[in-house]
Formats: sequence, C-alpha cells, structure tokens
Amino acid sequence: MSLAVALNLAVLVVLPFVLTGVINRVKSLWSGRKGPPIFQLAYDVRRLLRKTSVYSSTTTPIFRLAPLALFVCSLASALISPLAGVPPLLSFSFDFVWLAYLWGLGRMALLLAALDTGSSFEGMGAAREATFATLLEPALFLVSGSLCAFTRSHSLHAAFALHPHDGASLLAWAAALVALFIVVQVEAARMPVDDPTTHLELTMIHEVMVLDHSGVELAAIQVASAVKLLVGTSLISSLLNPWSQQAPLLAAAASVGGSLLIAVVVGTVESLIARLKMRAVPQYIVVALGSGVLALLATAWSSGGVP
Amino acid sequence: MTSSVLVHAVAVARLPSFDVHAWRSELLERLTAGLRVVTLYGRRSHEKEGTVIITAVLQGADRSLQVLRTCVDAQLGYHELTTERPALHCFERELHEQTGLRVAAHPWLKPVRFQGQAQAAMNDYPFYRIEGKEVHEVAVGPIHAGVIEPGSFRFMCQGEQVHHLEIQLGYQHRGVEARLLQLPPARLAPLIETIAGDTSVAHTWAYCAAVEQLCARELPLEVEVARAVALELERIAMHLATLSGLAADIGFLQGATSYGRLRTTAINTLMLLCGSRFGRGALRPGGTGMSLSSELLPQVLDNLELLRVDLAIINDCFLSARTVRHRLREVGVLSRERALQLGVVGVVARASGVACDARDGVSQGAYQVQPVALCTAAEGDCFARAQVRIAEMDASLGWLSIMLARHPGFARSRPPLPALAPGQLVVSIVEGFRGEVVHCLETGASDTLVHYKVQDPSLRNWMGLALAVRGNEISDFPICNKSFDLSYCGHDL
Repeated sequence: MSLAVALNLAVLVVLPFVLTGVINRVKSLWSGRKGPPIFQLAYDVRRLLRKTSVYSSTTTPIFRLAPLALFVCSLASALISPLAGVPPLLSFSFDFVWLAYLWGLGRMALLLAALDTGSSFEGMGAAREATFATLLEPALFLVSGSLCAFTRSHSLHAAFALHPHDGASLLAWAAALVALFIVVQVEAARMPVDDPTTHLELTMIHEVMVLDHSGVELAAIQVASAVKLLVGTSLISSLLNPWSQQAPLLAAAASVGGSLLIAVVVGTVESLIARLKMRAVPQYIVVALGSGVLALLATAWSSGGVP
Repeated sequence: MTSSVLVHAVAVARLPSFDVHAWRSELLERLTAGLRVVTLYGRRSHEKEGTVIITAVLQGADRSLQVLRTCVDAQLGYHELTTERPALHCFERELHEQTGLRVAAHPWLKPVRFQGQAQAAMNDYPFYRIEGKEVHEVAVGPIHAGVIEPGSFRFMCQGEQVHHLEIQLGYQHRGVEARLLQLPPARLAPLIETIAGDTSVAHTWAYCAAVEQLCARELPLEVEVARAVALELERIAMHLATLSGLAADIGFLQGATSYGRLRTTAINTLMLLCGSRFGRGALRPGGTGMSLSSELLPQVLDNLELLRVDLAIINDCFLSARTVRHRLREVGVLSRERALQLGVVGVVARASGVACDARDGVSQGAYQVQPVALCTAAEGDCFARAQVRIAEMDASLGWLSIMLARHPGFARSRPPLPALAPGQLVVSIVEGFRGEVVHCLETGASDTLVHYKVQDPSLRNWMGLALAVRGNEISDFPICNKSFDLSYCGHDL
C-alpha cells in the first residue's frame, strides 16, 4: 500500500468525526462551555450500531435502502476527493461530474425516504432540501469547470490544486473559495442555512428528513453527512494548500490543518450570527451561484474570450 | 386597604340584578363606552336548579372594576357576543363548557380544555378545514420534540405560508378550580402555586390579596414590598428564560447561553429569600414566607449587580445584532387593532402598543411608593416583544435596587386569619410576567367558598398567537410561539 493511499484512508476514517467534533467544540468555547468530546460523533455511531431499528408501518423498502444509498454515495465521493492533499484513491477525467451527481443521487435517496414516511414534516423538509439543492448544483459545476479551465485538467484533484498566478486566476480562486464555503454550509446543514441543533421540526431542513430513521440507518446517515463535510472542507483546503506539490507528509499535514481550520471557521460563524429566515436562504445560496459565474468570467478574461 | 394589587370586593346581595337581556345590552353598552373586559365566567346556581349565574368584570379607564351579574336559564341561554366583541370568545366557550349554558349562534363553540366527559372525544373533535389543491395540513403535537408542555397545533398551509393555525389545548387539565373548593379557603396557597409553576408568585399573590380582602386584613408595607420583590424577581427570571429560548430558536448562541446562565442567578436570588427557586412558599395569606436578613442582603445585592452588569452587555449584543433583527422584525405581527379587538393582555399587548399593566397607576402599596416604568413598543412583532421583555427586566432591576435600599430587610410572618366574610365577591388582579392574573372568589352564606375562578393571561393570549402567525412562513412559527411564551397548564387548569 503506497503512502498516498494510506494517508487518504487514515484521513477518511478519522477526520469526519474530528471535523464534526471540532465544530461543536468551537461553538461550546464561544458560549463559555466545555463542550462534548471531539469524538462524540463516533461514540454516538457506536451506540446507534448497537440499537435495533424501528420502522413505521407506512414505509416501504425505499425507506430502508435510502440510508445505505446515501452512505455509499458519500463514501464514493470521498474516493475521488483530495482528502489528504495527495493524489486521491481514484482519479479520472471529469470526475467532478461524478462528485456532483453522487451527491445528487444520495440526496434523492434521502428525499424519497422522507416522502416515504408520509409525514408532513418530512415532506416539508424534502421540499426545502430539493429547492436549495437545485440552486447549489450549478454553483458546484461552475466552480469546478472554471478551475479545470485554469489548470487545463479534467480531474478534481488537479483542478482544485490551482495556485493563483495572475489577476484572473486570483479572481477565480477567490470566487471558488466563497462558493465552496457556502456549498459546505448547505451540504453539511450548518448555520446560517440550517440549524443542526434545533429541536423545532418546523424550522428544520436536513434534520427533519431523518426524524424517522433509527439504529444502523441513522448511524449511516450521520456518517454520510460527516464524510460529505470532509469532502467539502478538503476541496477548500486543497485550494488553500501551498505545499500540495511537496512531500506527501507535508502536503497531508497542511491539508488536514486546512480542513480543521475551516471547521473552526464554520463553528465560529455558527456561534456569532443568528440563522437566516427560510425565505432568505435561496438568496444566500445565490451568492455561491454568483461566485461561480464570477469564476467563469475570470476564465473568459484569462483566455481572452469564451473558453 | 393597603394592597399593592388591584382588589375589588362587593357584597353579592347588593349587586344590581339584571335579567339576561338587560345584562347583555348593559354589557355591550359599557364595552362600547370604552370599558375593558377583565373576565366573564359562570357557575351553576345552587339556589335555583337549572340556572347559571354569569359574572362579567369590566375595567374602566380609571382602573376601577365593575361587576355585572345575571342569572339565566341554562336551556334558554343567551345570544352570543363573540361576533360583536371577539375579546369575549374564550370566555363564552369556557362558559358553555363549564356550565352547559346555551350560547346561541356562537361561531365556534369548541371546548376550551375538554374537561370531564369531553376528554374522551378530544381526538375526534373537528379542526377548521380549508379546501384546495395546494392546501396542506401540518399537525404539530400534542407531544413535542422539546421537553415542553403538550398542545396540539394544526396548520393550514399553502406551500410554506400559513393560512390559518388552530390551537387545541386541554391536555394538562387537572380540575384545579373544582379542587380549590374542596379545601379550607385559607390553606390553598400550596395548590395555587402549582396552577402555573412559572407564575407561582403572581397567582399566589392574587389569591392572598383576595383572601385578605375577605378577612379585612391590612398588611404592613414591609410585607407588600417583600411580595413585590418576589414578583419582580419572578418576572426577571422568566423573561430571561423566554429570551434564552428565543435566542436558541433563531440559533443565536450567545443570547441563548448568556440569558440562560443569568436566569439561574435570578432564580437563585429568589431561593435566598424564600427557599425555593420558583417562589414556592414565598407568599401566604396574611403574611409572607420570605425573610431578608442583614447577612443575606449583600448576597442579594451582589446577584442583582451581576444581573445588571451582564444584562447590559448581552442586551446590547442581542438588540444590535443585524441577523437577530433580520430574523425577528416583521415576523408574527399583532397589530394594535387586533390586540384591542382580542383583548390580549400583558407583554403581548404592550408590544402591540396597548398600555395595560396592572402595576401601573395603583393607588396604594409597593408600586405606589415607587412606580415601575410602563414599557411598550409599537410594532407588535417578535422583535418588539423581545424589546419589551428586555425593557421590563431593566425596569424591574431598577425598581428592586431602589426598594431594597429603602427596605433593606423583611421577616417571615404568618399571623392567623379571621373567618372570611360571607356573601362577598372579590376580584384581584396581579401583573405576572405574562400579563394580568385574575382570581375571583365568592363566599357563600357561611365562610366557605362557593366559587373560585382562576384566569391565567394565557387564556386570552393564545388566540393572539393564532392570528399573529397568519400569513407568516410556517418555519417562523416556533419563534412566534416563543415570543408569546404562553402557559399550557395555566390555560388548562
């Protein structure tokens, strides 16, 4: 097993739990509390794995399969992402399309499971999630495409290793950072878009869709969400990583450090501001979309015309 | 009398007797003349089988109370007043439920709290329906996700927008009013304290004031001040709890944790005075269970100083945060007209620009020697309700520091009470943290009670919430609900 594979696997196994723990710990520190252990999510997952699942009598096998589908999609998306600042486990041309649609597939599975319960809460959550995802997906494509154009590559790993060298690339780079940060907030159901700690069903987006899941299925959903958070932060971290072309260990350390830093930023944002009105969430996501368009324009500027 | 709260006593025999038609037109006339309805309730007559005695209590602009009473045949009843005077809706529904009195042509005579036999039919009872292809219903409760009291909320929505909300309560009904008549009237305080656990001081004061009036017992100012100190501490503690909850519901972490932490200081201060963090045992008829010694005083003053300093910081943080303003402004608006029409009381009314506070303008007692500032806001939205709560905490803290400087100590006292005067009707009104708490006691021929009517401000304010939510997004309901912060058990009795 090569060093790169080992590093990727180690990050994939450990960091999803740590990132979630760091966000929660940062929030606790801001509010003057000690906070839960860093590995609280891992303890929760272990607890859930020992429990039996409860199924509503209105649900069909879709409800049971969806968490598995989401879990697999999340893991598969992690395989092609530069988790540790070194070449990912898998890499091929136009794999960013794969990433976007793996996330889409996982989301669709969860939406179907939510609708499958017949609960009005979950139906509302599904409607919200679908609306916001529709706005988010183009942002992801615009950013990935622009970065590919700048780096003259076709893979996530290469595209997200862009180091700005002139005005146009700096603009695209900065726009990509903004868009990706919002993508992470929405995909990981963090503030100001969604409140992962609320108990109020009527205000939830992501959490309300998983209200009926329990046991192993709930554990799968929680791990899948944490892995998605890791994928998102690792993409940003990869853009920020100044040593991505250096020795693997140095690159990996910088990448992990970057991911943790982003978790701290996410936690800090969450501690200092109130959540947005539901009506204002699309406007916030449009900022990501606008940044994507900006990155595209920067590409046009750099290549002297439409790429 | 030197009572700091509004108490009104009349001899039942000397009340003008109206027949039901005259009573109805007299009531409407006085309401049109600008009087405010405080309560309207009834009881089955013991003297004349098959009849119901209805009592309406009105308040004039000069704060004086008037009582209008009639005796009506339960089968014949009277023609409803709700359509003309929506403020009476909860009273007429309750009247019909408690006495079986016919209230003809009432638009929605659904039981208020499903007491007695009706409890079994609670799940079958109809909700309003709205037909349409894009209309969907969302049912929330009666069991909720948080550790809160039960209540059923039925939303009629179009997409994310709420067309109508119907609130069904009664899951906490314990038969408080019936139980109060089974015990000796002077020993009800422990039961009264549990009517609404977060308003125990206000409810107990209303009870004590009424009993003292019936015994013609005058209290020294020292006792009145001690009671007012407990009431203001309860107000500060509960406003802090509401603001903490409101901040948590909008995901504003700093507000949620800081207000929550300070609430502990407030209730611990109450514990120093009476031994209970929730003010249990603080008040007893004729006296007080609180003592403030010279050793305790510095501790109490330190706590109040901590509250004053820390509140200034967190209030500024909360009120100046743009995201908080964005989240709470223009959400859950209750206009002044609506507030007056529905007769909502307390913080909710004051945040909609209706200046009503039972502590304002009293002619005697603790609030007369040092008045508390009346806090109002004009907007009537969730932010206005938060603002009013914050302003009231500041006002209460200011009042406490002045009064504790003037009266730096009080002692426990429980003198025995004489028997209650027979044939009397007493109404007492105390401004609890939610609004006016009204207790009506009636003594029979001997010195026992024939009727005990308890009214928590929540009874009148729940409909305000239902109307404030209309046209809002359903995701904003929890914020509206928290900004009203009404009691379920106080309503359900």
